[in-house]
Amino acid sequence: MADSIQMRVTRYTPGDSAPTAADYDVPLRKDWSVLDGLNYVKDNLDGSLSYRWSCRMGICGSCGMNVQGTPKLTCGTFLSDYAPGPVRVEPLTNFPIVRDLVVDIDDFMEKLPKVKPWIIRNDDQSVIDREYLQTPEELEEYKQFSNCINCMLCYAACPVYGLDPDFIGPAAIALAERYDLDTRDRGRRERLDVLIEREGVWGCTFVGECTRVCPKHVDPAGAIQRYKLEAAKESVMAFLLPRGAL
Amino acid sequence: MSAPTTYRQPVSRLWWTKKWTYFLFMMREFTCVFVAWSVVFLLMLVYAVGRGEASYRQFLDWASSPVVVVVNVVALAFLVLHTVTWFALTPQAAVVRAGGRQVVRTRMVHVGGRILPAATVIRVGGRVPAAIVIASQYVGLVVVSAFIAWLVLR
Repeated sequence: MADSIQMRVTRYTPGDSAPTAADYDVPLRKDWSVLDGLNYVKDNLDGSLSYRWSCRMGICGSCGMNVQGTPKLTCGTFLSDYAPGPVRVEPLTNFPIVRDLVVDIDDFMEKLPKVKPWIIRNDDQSVIDREYLQTPEELEEYKQFSNCINCMLCYAACPVYGLDPDFIGPAAIALAERYDLDTRDRGRRERLDVLIEREGVWGCTFVGECTRVCPKHVDPAGAIQRYKLEAAKESVMAFLLPRGAL
Repeated sequence: MSAPTTYRQPVSRLWWTKKWTYFLFMMREFTCVFVAWSVVFLLMLVYAVGRGEASYRQFLDWASSPVVVVVNVVALAFLVLHTVTWFALTPQAAVVRAGGRQVVRTRMVHVGGRILPAATVIRVGGRVPAAIVIASQYVGLVVVSAFIAWLVLR
């Protein structure tokens, strides 16, 4: 194994006309992730490099970047997999770049509450008055979708979101599904009202890349297609049944 | 303080050539053209048959011309791609369950301003593995094809 690997990192300072690429040689160690490489650059080569990171264990969802063109959590992506290099490290696609590898995810933060990703009940009683029991099978129904860490890799991988930024997007829909499948929840109808719109589930053309890049194996594409079936059923019922029967 | 200037990354018109999975997706979308062609071809065949033997023979002559044969071979390849890719995607979209028990739940719902009880049947059972869902579609395809073959050839 070579001693070092070249990292080709996107640089952008607010006010620049376009981002540029800068090359850095970093030590190539078997246990070094791409994030370790970036930390090396910041500590030893160029302290002005900006990027987000926190936990280094694939749970905070901060360090998502495009590595060799594919959205990845850089803390879980190893430099040695890209040897001999150079390895391209770019900001997540489909988001405006704030600086270097930092992107602006405000759009997602505005969209997420629209699908009401929390348990909705109209007969709320506190846990002192009542237990909300759930069997292991019922937990299993939504557990996969609750693993989402909002890392935005799915949005970066989704060409639909890139072409139509109004699309509510994979993670938001997967999180809506997470609460819909929860037996304690009663908010299905409210969420469907948002997701049945064109910018909701129908924007999705089932490219499936969101599921492929998800580091937590959430399968947003599956959630969206299941919603489409639901939304289609709802439309047929609305057509067949008289007003107010639903 | 004014908002910082951000750079919006443009999406290339050729985004679908950048990655094999994007390309395969585009090809899958493109298959709809050949599905439509196959429907038109079939309707033309039915129409020709309906108009008598001479018309049918004329259709067969046209259908065996090199251009139509090439178009149909390409169409067949795209139809196979269409079938294989959509069958492979079905388990993601459709949750099929087998076995397990059924639980009937009653809850109150608002209907036209009144509150009425509504029963929901919840099936708690194992999800059928993806491979079985996919395989069952191929079995269905074979059964339907055999039935049509029997209908036409008997």
